[in-house]
Amino acid sequence: MTRALALCAAAAFIAALPVPPAAGQSKPPAVERDATTEEFEKFRAVLEADNPAELFEVKGEELWKTPRGPKNASLAACDLGLGPGVVKGAYVQLPRYFADTGKVMDAERRIVHCMVTLQGFDAAALAKQPFSTETRTPDPVALTTFVAGQSRGMKIAPPQSLPQERAAFALGREIFFYRAGSYDFSCASCHGEDGKRIRTQQLPNLTRPEQAIRGYQGWPGYRMTGGVMHTLQWRLNDCFRQQRFPEPEYLSDSLTALLTYLAVNAKGQVYKGPGIKR
Amino acid sequence: MAEPMKIRAKLEGDVLDVRVLMAHPMETGQRKDGAGNLVPLHFIQTITAQLNGKPVFQADTSQAISRNPVFGFRLKGAKAGDKLSITWTDNKGDKRTDEIVVGAA
Repeated sequence: MTRALALCAAAAFIAALPVPPAAGQSKPPAVERDATTEEFEKFRAVLEADNPAELFEVKGEELWKTPRGPKNASLAACDLGLGPGVVKGAYVQLPRYFADTGKVMDAERRIVHCMVTLQGFDAAALAKQPFSTETRTPDPVALTTFVAGQSRGMKIAPPQSLPQERAAFALGREIFFYRAGSYDFSCASCHGEDGKRIRTQQLPNLTRPEQAIRGYQGWPGYRMTGGVMHTLQWRLNDCFRQQRFPEPEYLSDSLTALLTYLAVNAKGQVYKGPGIKR
Repeated sequence: MAEPMKIRAKLEGDVLDVRVLMAHPMETGQRKDGAGNLVPLHFIQTITAQLNGKPVFQADTSQAISRNPVFGFRLKGAKAGDKLSITWTDNKGDKRTDEIVVGAA
């Protein structure tokens, strides 16, 4: 906690410094950059080299390969969209439509589906405490981190060939712009325009491809505050909490739809694997 | 209980640059849980490194180190094919050893 406060103070100090004029005005005006953002990026680059997220990738891989659950099965037969057991490159091609469930599913949702159908885990029990705490990392989080790590360096390419996938995108877009709650907020209130920020944190405009990647990149992410691993399911849940919306249901259609909207907007950009967050 | 570490070792001439990521809660003994009770002290006390079974490095560490710490050091006289093993022991007697072959990864 103290560390987080110290960090905020340092960031505030940096923000107060005069910004040197950009040489030659060569940067595109769409993505506003300033000294604060650049300092954070340096900070992140130093930490990326030894990202504790890798520990969760290792753990997730072990969980994937070990026979577990009431059915004592591994996840080797889990189909993430590229065929049973194919993990490499699957994460960047999700969310996608799965004929066996008749639903569009994102990575974490599909992994939990596999844990339930193949290993016999109880879906309700898994949904009870789905997010990491300082003392506990749920298995789906570690598994999602492992799966995401297997798409490192690949281009984000969620399919949009099926009507169900296009419907998920359309629904996600609708949710993104839907204003409600006690603050009359929508995702777009913060993420629908260029150059917005919360305190020192610059907010990407998630409706633009070159910025949408910033919402997708770095997740699953290791949060230094508290030292916990989080996935996009948590990220979106927390966005709704901050908007004072009712909490969305874990792995619900709405979250998959919103993730489809984000993924399609970030299409074609290179995914760098699990990240690190302050 | 103890989870695997991630060891990375890069040879630069005969100097081996080692970075180890360890999964550990590293409780300081000063933090309180949700119910207001102190979370007991739980931290890595010693880290040792062995090259081909021979001790080359030992560190006594304290609770002032962060959760899931990364530890780095440089080692002279290593070559490709050497076996590097790292062991940590915490104050509850829990321990974990992982080994890599230099130049394999």
